[in-house]
Amino acid sequence: MSKVHVKICVGTTCFVMGASELQDLEKFLPDDLKDKVEISGAACLGLCRDENYGEAPFVTVDGEPLSNATVNAIVDKIREKL
Amino acid sequence: MATANDANKVRRGLLIKLIKEYRKGTLRETIDRIPYQMRPKNDESSRCCIYKDRAVLKYRLMAMLGIGVETETDESKPLSEYYDDAEKREKPDSDILSVLDVACSHCITSRYLVTNACRGCFARPCTFNCPKNAIKVIDGQARIDYNLCIDCGKCTQVCPFHAIIRVPVPCEEACPVNAIRRDEKTDRQYIDFEACTSCGKCMTACPFGAILERSQIIDILNAIKAGKDVVAMVAPAIVGQFAGSLGQIASALKKAGFAKMVEVALGAEMTTEHEVKDFIDRMNDDGTLMTTSCCPAYVETVKRHVPEMLPFVSGAKTPMQYTAETVKQETPNAITVFIGPCVAKRKEASEDNNTDYVMTFEELGAMFAAYEIDVAGEPAIKLEHDVKGYARGFATSCGVSAAILEEMKKLHPEMDIPELKGNFINGLDKKAVKQLKLYAQGKLPGNFLEVMACEGGCVGGPCAIGQVRLATQAVKKLAEEPPK
Ligand code: FES
Repeated sequence: MSKVHVKICVGTTCFVMGASELQDLEKFLPDDLKDKVEISGAACLGLCRDENYGEAPFVTVDGEPLSNATVNAIVDKIREKL
Repeated sequence: MATANDANKVRRGLLIKLIKEYRKGTLRETIDRIPYQMRPKNDESSRCCIYKDRAVLKYRLMAMLGIGVETETDESKPLSEYYDDAEKREKPDSDILSVLDVACSHCITSRYLVTNACRGCFARPCTFNCPKNAIKVIDGQARIDYNLCIDCGKCTQVCPFHAIIRVPVPCEEACPVNAIRRDEKTDRQYIDFEACTSCGKCMTACPFGAILERSQIIDILNAIKAGKDVVAMVAPAIVGQFAGSLGQIASALKKAGFAKMVEVALGAEMTTEHEVKDFIDRMNDDGTLMTTSCCPAYVETVKRHVPEMLPFVSGAKTPMQYTAETVKQETPNAITVFIGPCVAKRKEASEDNNTDYVMTFEELGAMFAAYEIDVAGEPAIKLEHDVKGYARGFATSCGVSAAILEEMKKLHPEMDIPELKGNFINGLDKKAVKQLKLYAQGKLPGNFLEVMACEGGCVGGPCAIGQVRLATQAVKKLAEEPPK
């Protein structure tokens, strides 16, 4: 089974706006998702400089950008992709 | 301490906006509009209404301009005029924290509360076990008479339904020295600056974000704009605050307008050397105990609350003081800015002639974001000074002890070196303050005590942005790296 890829931006803007805490995402994932998700860090995705994209922190879930990311929002997005 | 929550996010977003506008040269014109932009009409409010949200934002901006909200005498004075005041001042304030009354929720001071899980049972152990007869059952529910209650908590222990809970006032609970209290007359929360050690714990603890810290960001931006030699003295805890190496951080700081970066670890080396010497002298001189001196919130705690400990505090200056001294010797015109995770350093700097300003990691992060500088995208530049690994380890709990042990090892074997029996206090709370008293009386073992006011050490500081566990790993890794 292919996994859902979550990339957490750890560029400076996202880091300051909360990505530093999102780095712990793995710990907060519900048990049923733990082996279905692959998490990695990413350099600045460039979204923080683009007015069209809402607010940092940004993550991408299977390539789809998510602004104002929180653990809950990411989990919801992952479920959507499964 | 960096924890994901809305109060932190709002504050950081606001800082970024403020710095962006400053950079464009438009802050004076736009600052009064910022609260309206952040809470536009029909927007959802996080407090009772958007009007209150806007009022709170206004005060937050005031604090970011470095102005104490309690100094307000004219409520209609616009932020643009406060901005003018900030531009004019020569020196930042030395009182640092303020309680923002409009944001304060005036948390209930009664510590015990009967919840509706109470079934008004037949046995009623709460009424029987209350030593003051403060609990009566009225209309099938236990009620506490707060005029009689002495906060002993017996009722919570005996209730079979766990229906009585303890409700803390978070800021009071967090303050190690009871410096934040309710004024009985006005019913307002206030900080007693005689008692306050500027540790910043109340600020992190308050879930309403009602404790504000006076920033010096405008003063720093002004100095940079005026083309002065502004030197960034970065605390050892900076590793792990940004994704990127020290060399990359140095480059990012240059891009932001700082003349150069100097590691405060440089001063930490000197602190260590002095502490080792101090320790050996004291022990040979039938001393009993020496404590560290580098944590300003700890030293303030001693001065204000445990004066009997003062003779045991090492005479070594702090890493910040040694670093600032070195920078001013090398470049007398330099403007020195200490950059760290600490609120208490603002207090320490206000008493140190060589340190001009203090900036927090949070503010530096906001500055990078506002300037669109991505640390990890910067080329690493070579650091000017070589610094020993152990000095970079100062930022974590036990880091200072480790540095001292390492420095002692290097002393000549023929020297008469007393054995170091070390202990540490990792985070000051009410209990630890009591412990300090016992140490001062010689009732606890050991001849060396490391004290850090923040749990985990500086990496757990109130204005850090990096996640504590990861930041600790990063600091330790760098401290263990062999010198190049
Ligand atoms: S820092 Fe995350 S998108 Fe730029």
